[in-house]
Amino acid sequence: MSAISADGLMAVERQVAPRSVRRWYRQPALAFGVVLLGLIVIAAVLGPLLSPYNPITQNLGQTLLGPSAHHLVGTDQLGRDTFTRLLYGLRNDLRIAFLAVVSPFCIGVVLGSISGYFGGWVDAVIMRLVDIVVAFPFYVLVIALVFVLGPGQRSIYIAITLVGWVSYARIIRSEILVAKRQDYVLAAQSGGLSAVRIMARHLLPNVVSQAIIYGMSDIVQDILAIVALGYFGLGIPPPTPDLGSMINDGQNFMTTHWQLTTFPGLVVVLVGLSLSLIGDGLADIIRPGQA
Amino acid sequence: MTIGDAGALSGAGTGGTVLEVRDLRVRIAARHGTVRAVDGVSLEVARGEAVGLVGESGSGKSMTLRAILGVLPPEAKVTSGQILLDGVDLVPLSNSDLNRIRGPKISMIFQEPMSALNPVMRVGYQIAEGPRVHLGYSKAQAAERALELMRRVGIPDPERRFRAYPHEFSGGMRQRVMIAIALSCEPEIILCDEPTTALDVTIQDQILRLLASLCRESGVSLIFVTHDLPVVAQLCQRVAVMYGGELVERGHVHDVLLDPRHPYTLGLVRSAPDVEYVRESLVPIPGSPPSLVSPPSGCRFHPRCAFVEQDCRVQPTPLRELPGGRYTACLHYERCEEALADRIRP
Repeated sequence: MSAISADGLMAVERQVAPRSVRRWYRQPALAFGVVLLGLIVIAAVLGPLLSPYNPITQNLGQTLLGPSAHHLVGTDQLGRDTFTRLLYGLRNDLRIAFLAVVSPFCIGVVLGSISGYFGGWVDAVIMRLVDIVVAFPFYVLVIALVFVLGPGQRSIYIAITLVGWVSYARIIRSEILVAKRQDYVLAAQSGGLSAVRIMARHLLPNVVSQAIIYGMSDIVQDILAIVALGYFGLGIPPPTPDLGSMINDGQNFMTTHWQLTTFPGLVVVLVGLSLSLIGDGLADIIRPGQA
Repeated sequence: MTIGDAGALSGAGTGGTVLEVRDLRVRIAARHGTVRAVDGVSLEVARGEAVGLVGESGSGKSMTLRAILGVLPPEAKVTSGQILLDGVDLVPLSNSDLNRIRGPKISMIFQEPMSALNPVMRVGYQIAEGPRVHLGYSKAQAAERALELMRRVGIPDPERRFRAYPHEFSGGMRQRVMIAIALSCEPEIILCDEPTTALDVTIQDQILRLLASLCRESGVSLIFVTHDLPVVAQLCQRVAVMYGGELVERGHVHDVLLDPRHPYTLGLVRSAPDVEYVRESLVPIPGSPPSLVSPPSGCRFHPRCAFVEQDCRVQPTPLRELPGGRYTACLHYERCEEALADRIRP
């Protein structure tokens, strides 16, 4: 009797150990991501307080200076402090990326829910639309759309919305297809609740976490798209600082002033890294057992 | 609890038909053909009455309930028949019209209270949702109503439990929550789809007593689907037996379970453990349920019937009325009487 229970205990412990090790390994990644993103966001928000310089005012007497106590990363070809421009560029790009994720998220979630819940021809129409958008690579389509719409923030929002909703729609649709077979949906229907109410109040809270996880990696994608657009001169119009246009401007001085392109690039990498770490960490927490 | 206690818990139904199902037929389009899931079922439920619907798995019991509520799966369809609730036929109604009836007039309790409750919604909110939507209650009124319902179905400490999630409840308590949801808009009839099957026996008994007291005190009617005969005997006044999508016998619980007039019912009674009536060992029904894509000709039970005659194989077997207000589909029901006389009487 005691031997059996001791065996059972051992078995349980053997099962638990690798899982806890895995958690121990995963949690710091999430924590690191959160801290990193926190620092980046604080730097972006407090930008104006961290630097005494104006990011736009030119100072043609002090162009292309190297790093010093006055100019931490030096100045660019128009004499503007690069560190200041980094902070403001980060601020602009982050704001646009976070805002740009909202409307594709909402549109995708709503259309995906409708598609999955009702099925039939509604589903067929929405999914064919999705197929059309998915047929093109994300960046190619975004860049082409912004090119057509003309440079600027508004175009970026529109392009990312038009292209980005499809991923959310697909994720939510497949989740709803599974969830709508659950008894609680049948119970809600039996209670005389409307389809809209069942989708919004009963199904969405059960499935929306998947879209949120995807949203984290989608922000990374959007930031890269914004930077790429800036690099091609299709992003935020010139005097306003933007990481992509900074990389492009600095390219001309690559051999003599490497810091002008390297630091904006590094900032993009750090933002992407922190968001990816958070996305992975969240996925592990929200979907335990699949890790 | 034995079959002898027929209808012991709840009182007899009093006055007026609440629900009448006439010749209901449900077809399901499947890859290998059309399944005749429900084939000509007629039922009547009086106010405050509990009607049992018994039969094997796949005999069409749950489909009958889902057809009544209009929540059939997309591949299933009501092809003919009427479902009269207070004289109004539900079959031709649109979904939005049905939504005004589901909840305030008719509701349902499910077999698995865990999966039938929304895992991410607080229990109190789930109970309050019906009154909010159907009775136009304010948030505060609906919450008050939910607390009252929780007290009525015997959930202790409702103020604290209101904000709990379903996984924090035990199986029996979850089923009480389901009952509270079903009751929330004071329906006239509650459809119960094996509500006690997933519970252990003592909890089963508590839930049955709760349902019976609701019948008695609030005058709500029940259709109680189960394959557990003693449960039917304890709760219901009348019972209908389904086999292969058809009704084979219908009548008062006492008559049907103690003195069956259909060999299938006889087989069910004999295969159920019961201290009074099965003196020898349990007798299983040989064979397996019929295919509902191409059901047997004549009586659907004939391939498994011990009393089968030549005419059973060809002649259709609609329900016929017998003396004493009961119905059977069997052409040779006297054989059941003889069998009972030979074997069971002491």
